[in-house]
Amino acid sequence: MTITEDAPAAHVGSRRLRKEDPALLTGEARFIDDLALPGAIWVGVVRSTEAHANIVGIDGSAALEIDGVHEVLSGADLAPLWGEGALPCAWPVTPDMKNPTHLPVATTTAKYVGDAVAVVLADSRYAAADGAAAVVVDYEPLPAVVEIEDAVADGAPLVHADLESNECYTWGLWGDNAAAVDAAFAEAAHVVSERYLQQRLIPAPMEPRGCAAVPSPAGGELTLYSATQIPHILKVMTAVVLGIPENKLRVVAPSVGGGFGCKLNVYAEEILCSALAMQRGAPVRWTEGRTEGAVSTIQGRGQVQHIEMAADAGGKVQAVRVKLLADMGAYLQLVTPGVPLLGGFLYHGCYDIPNYMFECTSVFTNRTPTDAYRGAGRPEATYAVERAMDSLAVSVGVSPEEIRARNFIAADAFPYESSAGLVFDSGDYQAVLDKAVALAGLSERRADQARRAAEGSSKRLGIGFSSYVEMCGLAPSRVLASLDYGAGGWEAATVRISPTCKVQVVTGSTPHGQGHETCWSMIVADQLGVDPDDVEVLHSDTAVSPTGLDTYGSRSLAVGGTAVYMATEKVIDKARAIAAHQLEASEDDLEFSGGVFRVRGTPEAEVPLAGIAFAAFTAHDLPDGMEPNLEAHVTYDPPNFTFPNGTHIAVVEVDTDTGDVDLIDYVAVDDCGVQINPLVVEGQVHGGILQGAAQALYEDAVYNSDGQLVSANLGDYLVPSAAEAPRFRLDSHATPSPTNPMGVKGVGEAGTIAAAPAVINAVVDALRDLGVTDVDMPASPQTVWKAIADAQGGAS
Amino acid sequence: MTAVTLTVNGTERSLDVEPRTLLVHALRDDLGLTGTNVGCDSSSCGACTVLVDGQSAKSCTVFAVQADGADITTIEGVADADGTLHPMQQAFHEHHALQCGYCTPGMVMAAISLVEEYPGLDEGGVRHGLEGNLCRCTGYQNIVDAVLAAAGSGGD
Repeated sequence: MTITEDAPAAHVGSRRLRKEDPALLTGEARFIDDLALPGAIWVGVVRSTEAHANIVGIDGSAALEIDGVHEVLSGADLAPLWGEGALPCAWPVTPDMKNPTHLPVATTTAKYVGDAVAVVLADSRYAAADGAAAVVVDYEPLPAVVEIEDAVADGAPLVHADLESNECYTWGLWGDNAAAVDAAFAEAAHVVSERYLQQRLIPAPMEPRGCAAVPSPAGGELTLYSATQIPHILKVMTAVVLGIPENKLRVVAPSVGGGFGCKLNVYAEEILCSALAMQRGAPVRWTEGRTEGAVSTIQGRGQVQHIEMAADAGGKVQAVRVKLLADMGAYLQLVTPGVPLLGGFLYHGCYDIPNYMFECTSVFTNRTPTDAYRGAGRPEATYAVERAMDSLAVSVGVSPEEIRARNFIAADAFPYESSAGLVFDSGDYQAVLDKAVALAGLSERRADQARRAAEGSSKRLGIGFSSYVEMCGLAPSRVLASLDYGAGGWEAATVRISPTCKVQVVTGSTPHGQGHETCWSMIVADQLGVDPDDVEVLHSDTAVSPTGLDTYGSRSLAVGGTAVYMATEKVIDKARAIAAHQLEASEDDLEFSGGVFRVRGTPEAEVPLAGIAFAAFTAHDLPDGMEPNLEAHVTYDPPNFTFPNGTHIAVVEVDTDTGDVDLIDYVAVDDCGVQINPLVVEGQVHGGILQGAAQALYEDAVYNSDGQLVSANLGDYLVPSAAEAPRFRLDSHATPSPTNPMGVKGVGEAGTIAAAPAVINAVVDALRDLGVTDVDMPASPQTVWKAIADAQGGAS
Repeated sequence: MTAVTLTVNGTERSLDVEPRTLLVHALRDDLGLTGTNVGCDSSSCGACTVLVDGQSAKSCTVFAVQADGADITTIEGVADADGTLHPMQQAFHEHHALQCGYCTPGMVMAAISLVEEYPGLDEGGVRHGLEGNLCRCTGYQNIVDAVLAAAGSGGD
């Protein structure tokens, strides 16, 4: 760090309260649906009620009789608006990947329940909804493929007849290691072979999606407001899809009420509203209903996982072999095909496993497209690895903590090159696990568990482990190139100091709840020796922050925060040159601490940053040739990913009479590197854990055999409430990442990655002496009760 | 259209609404009080919670005409005129009980009502008392701690 040892208060590392809060607490913050746009045209989207059907006719006559409904437009009517353009997929993971043309509004065939088939234009939100409901669509139903494994069965109906197969791509990672993997299995003393299901999940941020496109007909400009995580990417993509010159397009993400990956996309409604706004010369807006969003916004997960591990007699794993079937849904959204790959490098978990083989076949189904959802590939990988490790522990006859200890990558092995080809930055996995074991009070819990089992109690106790490592800080651009991703992984920042020594930070990261404004201010305040309240952080508007790659994949701090740090360093370098000029000293003789430059050994010779800021503004006496400003711009491309890790321990009580699972304790010890603000870190971990635990116990996008989503609202799709949530007990064990100057890693997805296997391992642990070896997610009372009944029936 | 008179945050407001207009849309679209959010269409999430005659109510489940004559308090009406936050808002701030902030107005209103109606709640009582309000960011722990703290300090 720039600041010397005697620097005053360090803000980094403190539990500073968030500067974002007051606007959000008082209702002052403006979310997308809060924008007042007089005269706006409201869009209602008519969505397919069929999973697969030819669109034979669209009758808008009844809709047009409704007051306030002005037009009903079919996909064919709208097609000229996008011409050759279609919704983009930015990640063609293989050269032969199949990517069906994805129009914003279907013209001939609906491919999933929720597929847009027509549009109503109205003058109010109520009229738009009424109109959309009144449009009569004549469907000719076609056979639908709903379940993943059915998609690859012989004779399966085709989602896209012209593609001649439901297979989207097959992607593998084994290099020339296949023979070594086979040999390890041939020689193994213990082999575990497991099949796990990753049910589809509905991301369900509390704010539904929405967008509003506002034209300036005189100048030809268009401003697209959207509840998006990615205004910068959305701008480029919208410009390309619709042929709008980028210099005529501005994208603004107002306050965004959570995303969790589902707002990391380019959606039909964004393209539709933009195109209509330009055509009509009037604002065009759409706000998603919650039940609508369940089918119109991407879903997460949706995989069938086969994992095999080969271990020696001591339980040391020698090889892992994984085959996935991944559900793309009916179309490829922005990064749909890449999600399984993000997990594909991590099916050895945090273990030193020398031989590795991963293969994923992705398939189309007649369901809503999948895409990135909190963790994106890594929760799936961690689930499979951690469930399989517990099975291996049973096979070897050791405890879950012992099997992990025997396989961890050693603390002295970093930087560690994994068999999947990554270089892990830092960690001490055993120390993390030891802390978690102590915090959980493991021996007392085990004694209670044994007592209950011995008594034949109907309230069994289970203790579940999950040790994880993830890759985040997405991403080195050259690595993304090797994975055929369509963009880079850098991030941009500008830092400028005003004449009165206030600091303006412009970041290309796009917060939607993470607390960037607070954390970026703390970083810069420490570097410059100013108060964090004197730092403003601007973001999420391409007119203010023209370059950036936005927020996803726990990348904001490790990439965007690092860019801010480096831009601030450049500003300090320039300030130092001005200070040297003013003090008539050599730059090398200056030290900078607490916002003041001093000549070493001559304490009275000093100049505060405020004086330099004003001097840069007046430009009356700057070094020859120096530009009169105090600002710097940095675009930072990370040299590597970062690798947060941790061990979580879940304790559950399972009622064997009812199958009800009560999550009674949850301990998490995480290594997310250096923490800028532990308050913010803990909040992320809390929320992440509950989202992962919710996959384990509650949430499921349930489709019936006709392809109808039957858990489409928050009454049926069980987002947990405070009543279900446990109290989390957290600790941390930081090993600073050597990848970036602050030693940070990222924490936005860690809890979600770790929690599901911890909870399910706990449920299985509670029931193992009853003969239960596996429980599917979500472990609902019915599922658990049936698992017990099946195990008992099988035993009798 | 039907004439409705509401007292909103202490000020009497008259408006003409369609009979089917939900209270939340009357507040947001007709009165411009957009602090109250809409998070679902099944009365499940609680983002739209306001106080109707002092009691918490999901304003997406009440027609504006049903509230005719009622006293409505929204999130815009709980801080002092000088900007000093209500003790519940302050507790949410101090306990980092919000992240994206979308559920926050409804959660704060529900919590204000809860601690007023049931003084002396323990943690379990707070958790069950808030189960009609969903949050996707926080895991609820800091919300529960904030409500307990506000209740302990007479947070009404």
